[in-house]
Amino acid sequence: MVQLTLPKNSRITTGKTWPKPEGATNVRKFQIYRWNPEDDKNPQLDTYFVDMDSCGPMVLDALIKIKNEIDPTLTFRRSCREGICGSCAMNIDGINTLACIYGMDEIKGDVKIYPLPHMPVVKDLIPDLTHFYAQHASIMPWLETKTNRPAKEWKQSIDDRKKLDGLYECVMCASCSTSCPSYWWNGDRYLGPAALLHAYRWIIDSRDEATGERLDELEDPFKLYRCHTIMNCAKTCPKGLNPAKAIAEIKKMMVDRSV
Amino acid sequence: MADVNRGNRPLSPHIMIYRPQMTSVSSIMVRISALGVFAVSILVVWWLLAASTSESAFAGIDAFLRSWFGDIVLTAATWGLWYHTLGRLRHVLWDFGYCLEVDVAEKLGLGMFVGATVLTLITVLAV
Repeated sequence: MVQLTLPKNSRITTGKTWPKPEGATNVRKFQIYRWNPEDDKNPQLDTYFVDMDSCGPMVLDALIKIKNEIDPTLTFRRSCREGICGSCAMNIDGINTLACIYGMDEIKGDVKIYPLPHMPVVKDLIPDLTHFYAQHASIMPWLETKTNRPAKEWKQSIDDRKKLDGLYECVMCASCSTSCPSYWWNGDRYLGPAALLHAYRWIIDSRDEATGERLDELEDPFKLYRCHTIMNCAKTCPKGLNPAKAIAEIKKMMVDRSV
Repeated sequence: MADVNRGNRPLSPHIMIYRPQMTSVSSIMVRISALGVFAVSILVVWWLLAASTSESAFAGIDAFLRSWFGDIVLTAATWGLWYHTLGRLRHVLWDFGYCLEVDVAEKLGLGMFVGATVLTLITVLAV
Protein backbone atom coordinates (compact mmCIF):
# COMPACT_ATOMS: atom_id res chain seq x y z
CA MET A 1 0.00 0.00 0.00
CA VAL A 2 1.04 3.55 -0.68
CA GLN A 3 2.53 5.19 2.40
CA LEU A 4 3.62 8.79 2.27
CA THR A 5 4.87 9.03 5.84
CA LEU A 6 7.17 6.96 8.03
CA PRO A 7 6.05 4.80 10.98
CA LYS A 8 6.43 6.46 14.38
CA ASN A 9 9.66 4.63 15.28
CA SER A 10 11.24 5.62 11.95
CA ARG A 11 10.75 9.40 11.97
CA ILE A 12 14.06 11.18 11.69
CA THR A 13 15.18 13.64 14.36
CA THR A 14 18.02 16.15 14.36
CA GLY A 15 21.20 14.54 15.60
CA LYS A 16 24.62 15.55 16.75
CA THR A 17 26.75 18.14 14.99
CA TRP A 18 30.36 17.02 15.09
CA PRO A 19 33.14 19.64 15.36
CA LYS A 20 34.72 21.13 12.23
CA PRO A 21 38.29 20.10 11.42
CA GLU A 22 40.74 22.74 12.67
CA GLY A 23 42.69 24.80 10.16
CA ALA A 24 40.90 23.35 7.15
CA THR A 25 39.93 25.75 4.38
CA ASN A 26 38.09 23.43 1.96
CA VAL A 27 35.35 21.94 4.16
CA ARG A 28 32.18 20.11 3.05
CA LYS A 29 29.15 19.42 5.17
CA PHE A 30 27.76 15.88 5.35
CA GLN A 31 24.37 14.95 6.80
CA ILE A 32 24.19 11.25 7.50
CA TYR A 33 21.36 9.00 8.72
CA ARG A 34 22.16 7.32 12.03
CA TRP A 35 20.27 4.65 13.93
CA ASN A 36 21.63 2.50 16.72
CA PRO A 37 19.70 -0.66 17.66
CA GLU A 38 21.21 -0.54 21.14
CA ASP A 39 19.49 2.61 22.34
CA ASP A 40 15.79 3.32 22.24
CA LYS A 41 16.02 6.49 20.17
CA ASN A 42 14.55 7.27 16.74
CA PRO A 43 16.85 7.60 13.73
CA GLN A 44 18.69 10.93 13.55
CA LEU A 45 20.63 13.01 11.03
CA ASP A 46 24.18 13.69 12.22
CA THR A 47 26.22 16.52 10.73
CA TYR A 48 29.91 16.10 9.93
CA PHE A 49 32.46 18.43 8.35
CA VAL A 50 35.16 16.91 6.17
CA ASP A 51 38.39 18.58 5.03
CA MET A 52 38.26 17.91 1.29
CA ASP A 53 41.95 18.83 0.81
CA SER A 54 42.93 15.62 2.60
CA CYS A 55 40.13 13.41 1.30
CA GLY A 56 39.80 11.13 -1.74
CA PRO A 57 37.41 12.04 -4.56
CA MET A 58 34.58 9.57 -3.96
CA VAL A 59 31.75 9.64 -1.42
CA LEU A 60 33.08 6.40 0.08
CA ASP A 61 36.45 8.11 0.70
CA ALA A 62 34.64 10.73 2.78
CA LEU A 63 32.68 8.09 4.73
CA ILE A 64 35.88 6.19 5.53
CA LYS A 65 37.57 9.45 6.55
CA ILE A 66 34.69 10.26 8.90
CA LYS A 67 34.88 6.77 10.41
CA ASN A 68 38.66 6.94 10.79
CA GLU A 69 39.05 10.49 12.04
CA ILE A 70 35.77 11.79 13.45
CA ASP A 71 33.30 9.11 14.53
CA PRO A 72 34.33 5.43 14.60
CA THR A 73 30.76 4.35 15.36
CA LEU A 74 29.50 5.33 11.87
CA THR A 75 28.45 2.04 10.29
CA PHE A 76 28.22 1.15 6.58
CA ARG A 77 29.03 -1.74 4.24
CA ARG A 78 31.93 -1.48 1.81
CA SER A 79 34.43 -3.81 0.27
CA CYS A 80 35.90 -3.52 -3.24
CA ARG A 81 35.84 0.30 -3.63
CA GLU A 82 35.52 -0.10 -7.42
CA GLY A 83 31.85 -0.77 -8.17
CA ILE A 84 32.08 -4.56 -8.39
CA CYS A 85 30.92 -5.88 -5.02
CA GLY A 86 27.77 -3.77 -4.69
CA SER A 87 28.17 -3.44 -0.91
CA CYS A 88 28.19 0.34 -0.52
CA ALA A 89 24.84 1.04 -2.20
CA MET A 90 23.06 3.89 -0.41
CA ASN A 91 20.95 6.97 -1.08
CA ILE A 92 23.34 9.83 -1.83
CA ASP A 93 22.09 13.31 -2.74
CA GLY A 94 18.58 11.93 -3.31
CA ILE A 95 19.40 9.02 -5.61
CA ASN A 96 20.55 5.45 -5.05
CA THR A 97 24.09 4.66 -6.10
CA LEU A 98 27.37 3.09 -5.01
CA ALA A 99 29.35 5.38 -2.70
CA CYS A 100 32.65 4.08 -4.10
CA ILE A 101 32.04 5.19 -7.69
CA TYR A 102 30.02 8.35 -7.03
CA GLY A 103 32.25 11.40 -7.16
CA MET A 104 31.87 14.21 -4.66
CA ASP A 105 32.12 16.65 -7.60
CA GLU A 106 28.76 15.30 -8.85
CA ILE A 107 27.01 16.73 -5.78
CA LYS A 108 26.04 20.37 -5.36
CA GLY A 109 25.92 21.75 -1.85
CA ASP A 110 25.73 19.63 1.31
CA VAL A 111 26.02 15.87 0.97
CA LYS A 112 23.00 13.98 2.34
CA ILE A 113 23.35 10.25 2.83
CA TYR A 114 20.57 7.81 3.81
CA PRO A 115 20.33 4.03 3.70
CA LEU A 116 18.61 2.49 0.64
CA PRO A 117 14.97 3.68 0.75
CA HIS A 118 12.03 1.81 2.29
CA MET A 119 14.06 -0.97 3.87
CA PRO A 120 14.33 -2.14 7.49
CA VAL A 121 17.51 -0.61 8.93
CA VAL A 122 20.00 -2.87 10.74
CA LYS A 123 22.22 0.03 11.79
CA ASP A 124 23.05 3.47 10.32
CA LEU A 125 23.49 3.01 6.54
CA ILE A 126 22.97 -0.76 6.56
CA PRO A 127 19.60 -2.02 5.30
CA ASP A 128 18.33 -5.55 5.89
CA LEU A 129 18.51 -7.22 2.47
CA THR A 130 17.16 -10.64 3.58
CA HIS A 131 13.90 -10.30 1.66
CA PHE A 132 15.69 -8.87 -1.40
CA TYR A 133 18.05 -11.86 -1.54
CA ALA A 134 15.18 -14.32 -1.00
CA GLN A 135 13.38 -12.79 -3.99
CA HIS A 136 16.53 -13.22 -6.08
CA ALA A 137 16.77 -16.88 -4.99
CA SER A 138 13.11 -17.40 -5.93
CA ILE A 139 13.74 -16.76 -9.64
CA MET A 140 16.14 -19.75 -9.81
CA PRO A 141 19.33 -17.82 -10.62
CA TRP A 142 21.12 -20.80 -12.13
CA LEU A 143 21.25 -22.77 -15.39
CA GLU A 144 18.33 -25.22 -15.45
CA THR A 145 18.74 -28.05 -18.00
CA LYS A 146 16.88 -31.22 -18.93
CA THR A 147 18.99 -32.78 -21.68
CA ASN A 148 21.96 -34.97 -20.78
CA ARG A 149 25.03 -33.20 -19.54
CA PRO A 150 27.48 -32.63 -22.43
CA ALA A 151 30.97 -34.16 -22.29
CA LYS A 152 32.58 -30.74 -21.85
CA GLU A 153 30.73 -27.45 -21.32
CA TRP A 154 27.28 -26.16 -22.33
CA LYS A 155 28.12 -24.38 -25.56
CA GLN A 156 26.70 -21.05 -26.70
CA SER A 157 27.15 -19.13 -29.96
CA ILE A 158 28.70 -15.69 -29.92
CA ASP A 159 25.33 -14.17 -30.92
CA ASP A 160 23.49 -15.96 -28.10
CA ARG A 161 26.15 -14.90 -25.63
CA LYS A 162 25.63 -11.28 -26.70
CA LYS A 163 22.04 -11.49 -25.47
CA LEU A 164 23.38 -11.60 -21.91
CA ASP A 165 25.21 -8.28 -22.24
CA GLY A 166 23.54 -5.61 -20.16
CA LEU A 167 22.20 -8.28 -17.81
CA TYR A 168 25.09 -10.32 -16.41
CA GLU A 169 26.87 -7.18 -15.17
CA CYS A 170 24.37 -6.69 -12.33
CA VAL A 171 26.13 -6.70 -8.95
CA MET A 172 22.96 -7.06 -6.85
CA CYS A 173 23.49 -3.79 -5.00
CA ALA A 174 19.69 -3.25 -4.67
CA SER A 175 19.88 0.39 -5.83
CA CYS A 176 17.25 -0.21 -8.53
CA SER A 177 14.70 -2.11 -6.45
CA THR A 178 14.87 0.42 -3.63
CA SER A 179 14.43 3.34 -6.07
CA CYS A 180 11.16 1.88 -7.37
CA PRO A 181 7.93 3.33 -5.88
CA SER A 182 6.16 0.11 -6.84
CA TYR A 183 8.71 -1.88 -4.84
CA TRP A 184 8.30 0.54 -1.91
CA TRP A 185 4.55 -0.02 -1.74
CA ASN A 186 4.37 -3.68 -2.83
CA GLY A 187 7.84 -5.05 -2.18
CA ASP A 188 6.45 -7.93 -0.16
CA ARG A 189 4.96 -9.49 -3.29
CA TYR A 190 6.41 -7.59 -6.27
CA LEU A 191 9.83 -9.05 -7.14
CA GLY A 192 11.33 -5.68 -8.06
CA PRO A 193 13.67 -4.70 -10.91
CA ALA A 194 16.80 -6.52 -9.70
CA ALA A 195 15.22 -9.96 -9.31
CA LEU A 196 13.29 -9.53 -12.59
CA LEU A 197 16.43 -8.50 -14.49
CA HIS A 198 18.05 -11.69 -13.22
CA ALA A 199 14.95 -13.69 -14.17
CA TYR A 200 15.25 -12.37 -17.74
CA ARG A 201 18.99 -13.08 -17.79
CA TRP A 202 18.16 -16.83 -17.37
CA ILE A 203 15.05 -16.76 -19.56
CA ILE A 204 17.00 -15.60 -22.63
CA ASP A 205 20.08 -17.73 -21.94
CA SER A 206 20.19 -20.08 -24.98
CA ARG A 207 21.51 -22.91 -22.78
CA ASP A 208 18.66 -22.74 -20.28
CA GLU A 209 15.83 -25.26 -20.77
CA ALA A 210 13.30 -24.06 -18.21
CA THR A 211 11.95 -20.97 -20.01
CA GLY A 212 8.33 -22.15 -19.73
CA GLU A 213 8.58 -22.86 -16.00
CA ARG A 214 10.31 -19.55 -15.42
CA LEU A 215 7.53 -17.64 -17.22
CA ASP A 216 4.85 -19.67 -15.38
CA GLU A 217 6.41 -18.67 -12.10
CA LEU A 218 6.35 -14.96 -13.06
CA GLU A 219 2.81 -14.92 -14.48
CA ASP A 220 1.31 -13.24 -11.43
CA PRO A 221 -0.39 -9.88 -10.88
CA PHE A 222 2.21 -8.93 -8.28
CA LYS A 223 5.52 -10.71 -8.99
CA LEU A 224 5.88 -9.22 -12.49
CA TYR A 225 2.97 -6.95 -13.26
CA ARG A 226 3.48 -4.42 -10.44
CA CYS A 227 6.07 -2.95 -12.80
CA HIS A 228 4.41 0.15 -14.27
CA THR A 229 7.48 1.22 -16.27
CA ILE A 230 8.23 4.09 -13.93
CA MET A 231 11.91 3.59 -14.89
CA ASN A 232 13.53 4.96 -11.71
CA CYS A 233 15.44 1.62 -11.75
CA ALA A 234 17.18 2.24 -15.05
CA LYS A 235 17.74 5.90 -14.17
CA THR A 236 19.57 5.08 -10.94
CA CYS A 237 21.48 1.86 -11.80
CA PRO A 238 25.14 2.58 -10.94
CA LYS A 239 26.20 0.04 -13.59
CA GLY A 240 24.13 1.68 -16.34
CA LEU A 241 21.88 -1.36 -16.81
CA ASN A 242 18.21 -1.19 -17.78
CA PRO A 243 15.96 -3.46 -15.68
CA ALA A 244 12.84 -1.72 -17.10
CA LYS A 245 13.75 -2.98 -20.56
CA ALA A 246 14.37 -6.52 -19.28
CA ILE A 247 10.97 -6.51 -17.56
CA ALA A 248 9.29 -5.21 -20.74
CA GLU A 249 10.89 -8.11 -22.65
CA ILE A 250 9.46 -10.60 -20.12
CA LYS A 251 6.00 -9.02 -20.52
CA LYS A 252 6.33 -9.33 -24.31
CA MET A 253 7.24 -13.01 -23.99
CA MET A 254 4.14 -13.53 -21.82
CA VAL A 255 1.99 -12.10 -24.63
CA ASP A 256 3.86 -13.97 -27.37
CA ARG A 257 3.31 -17.36 -25.77
CA SER A 258 -0.41 -16.77 -25.13
CA VAL A 259 -1.37 -15.70 -28.68
CA MET B 1 7.78 -5.09 4.85
CA ALA B 2 7.21 -5.57 8.53
CA ASP B 3 7.05 -9.35 8.07
CA VAL B 4 10.77 -9.60 7.45
CA ASN B 5 11.66 -7.06 10.11
CA ARG B 6 13.29 -8.47 13.18
CA GLY B 7 13.05 -6.44 16.36
CA ASN B 8 12.06 -2.82 16.20
CA ARG B 9 14.01 -1.83 13.12
CA PRO B 10 13.01 1.51 11.61
CA LEU B 11 11.95 1.82 7.98
CA SER B 12 14.41 3.90 5.99
CA PRO B 13 12.96 7.10 4.47
CA HIS B 14 11.74 6.76 0.88
CA ILE B 15 9.55 9.18 -1.09
CA MET B 16 10.39 12.05 1.27
CA ILE B 17 14.12 11.90 0.50
CA TYR B 18 14.22 10.55 -3.07
CA ARG B 19 14.94 13.34 -5.55
CA PRO B 20 11.99 13.70 -7.97
CA GLN B 21 12.95 12.17 -11.32
CA MET B 22 11.49 12.89 -14.75
CA THR B 23 10.85 9.15 -14.92
CA SER B 24 8.80 8.92 -11.72
CA VAL B 25 7.09 12.35 -11.92
CA SER B 26 5.85 11.86 -15.50
CA SER B 27 4.61 8.40 -14.47
CA ILE B 28 2.66 9.41 -11.36
CA MET B 29 1.17 12.36 -13.27
CA VAL B 30 -0.49 9.86 -15.63
CA ARG B 31 -2.41 8.50 -12.65
CA ILE B 32 -3.11 11.86 -11.03
CA SER B 33 -4.40 13.27 -14.34
CA ALA B 34 -6.76 10.28 -14.66
CA LEU B 35 -8.11 10.83 -11.15
CA GLY B 36 -8.64 14.54 -11.88
CA VAL B 37 -10.39 13.86 -15.16
CA PHE B 38 -12.60 11.27 -13.43
CA ALA B 39 -13.63 13.84 -10.81
CA VAL B 40 -14.45 16.45 -13.46
CA SER B 41 -16.36 13.90 -15.56
CA ILE B 42 -18.75 13.59 -12.59
CA LEU B 43 -19.44 17.33 -12.95
CA VAL B 44 -20.12 16.90 -16.66
CA VAL B 45 -22.49 13.96 -16.01
CA TRP B 46 -24.19 16.08 -13.36
CA TRP B 47 -24.57 18.85 -15.97
CA LEU B 48 -26.19 16.39 -18.46
CA LEU B 49 -28.45 14.84 -15.81
CA ALA B 50 -29.53 18.29 -14.65
CA ALA B 51 -30.37 19.23 -18.24
CA SER B 52 -32.83 16.34 -18.37
CA THR B 53 -34.23 16.99 -14.89
CA SER B 54 -35.41 20.57 -14.56
CA GLU B 55 -34.61 24.05 -15.74
CA SER B 56 -33.63 25.26 -12.26
CA ALA B 57 -31.33 22.27 -11.64
CA PHE B 58 -29.63 22.91 -14.98
CA ALA B 59 -29.28 26.63 -14.35
CA GLY B 60 -27.26 26.04 -11.15
CA ILE B 61 -24.64 23.63 -12.52
CA ASP B 62 -24.54 25.44 -15.88
CA ALA B 63 -23.77 28.73 -14.14
CA PHE B 64 -20.99 27.04 -12.19
CA LEU B 65 -19.41 25.40 -15.25
CA ARG B 66 -19.62 28.65 -17.20
CA SER B 67 -18.16 30.81 -14.42
CA TRP B 68 -14.47 31.79 -14.43
CA PHE B 69 -13.85 29.06 -11.85
CA GLY B 70 -15.63 26.51 -14.04
CA ASP B 71 -13.42 27.61 -16.92
CA ILE B 72 -10.31 26.91 -14.86
CA VAL B 73 -11.62 23.48 -13.80
CA LEU B 74 -12.55 22.45 -17.33
CA THR B 75 -9.31 23.77 -18.83
CA ALA B 76 -7.33 21.83 -16.19
CA ALA B 77 -9.38 18.73 -17.01
CA THR B 78 -8.65 19.20 -20.71
CA TRP B 79 -4.94 19.33 -19.90
CA GLY B 80 -5.34 16.20 -17.78
CA LEU B 81 -7.16 14.38 -20.55
CA TRP B 82 -4.46 15.24 -23.10
CA TYR B 83 -1.66 14.39 -20.68
CA HIS B 84 -3.24 11.05 -19.82
CA THR B 85 -3.78 10.27 -23.51
CA LEU B 86 -0.13 11.00 -24.32
CA GLY B 87 0.99 9.02 -21.26
CA ARG B 88 -1.02 6.00 -22.36
CA LEU B 89 0.43 6.27 -25.88
CA ARG B 90 3.88 6.17 -24.28
CA HIS B 91 2.80 2.94 -22.56
CA VAL B 92 1.77 1.49 -25.92
CA LEU B 93 5.26 2.21 -27.30
CA TRP B 94 6.82 0.64 -24.20
CA ASP B 95 4.63 -2.45 -24.41
CA PHE B 96 5.92 -3.04 -27.94
CA GLY B 97 9.45 -2.73 -26.56
CA TYR B 98 10.30 0.71 -27.97
CA CYS B 99 11.63 3.85 -26.28
CA LEU B 100 12.76 2.07 -23.13
CA GLU B 101 16.15 3.84 -22.97
CA VAL B 102 16.28 6.28 -20.06
CA ASP B 103 17.13 9.36 -22.15
CA VAL B 104 14.34 8.61 -24.67
CA ALA B 105 11.78 7.91 -21.94
CA GLU B 106 12.72 11.19 -20.24
CA LYS B 107 12.35 13.14 -23.48
CA LEU B 108 8.92 11.56 -23.98
CA GLY B 109 8.04 12.55 -20.40
CA LEU B 110 8.97 16.17 -21.10
CA GLY B 111 7.13 15.86 -24.42
CA MET B 112 3.98 14.81 -22.55
CA PHE B 113 4.04 17.99 -20.41
CA VAL B 114 4.74 20.25 -23.39
CA GLY B 115 2.41 18.34 -25.72
CA ALA B 116 -0.50 18.38 -23.27
CA THR B 117 -0.05 22.14 -22.79
CA VAL B 118 0.05 22.88 -26.54
CA LEU B 119 -2.94 20.59 -27.25
CA THR B 120 -4.88 22.23 -24.40
CA LEU B 121 -4.21 25.69 -25.84
CA ILE B 122 -5.39 24.52 -29.27
CA THR B 123 -8.49 22.93 -27.71
CA VAL B 124 -9.32 26.08 -25.72
CA LEU B 125 -8.88 28.29 -28.81
CA ALA B 126 -10.87 25.95 -31.05
CA VAL B 127 -13.81 25.32 -28.70
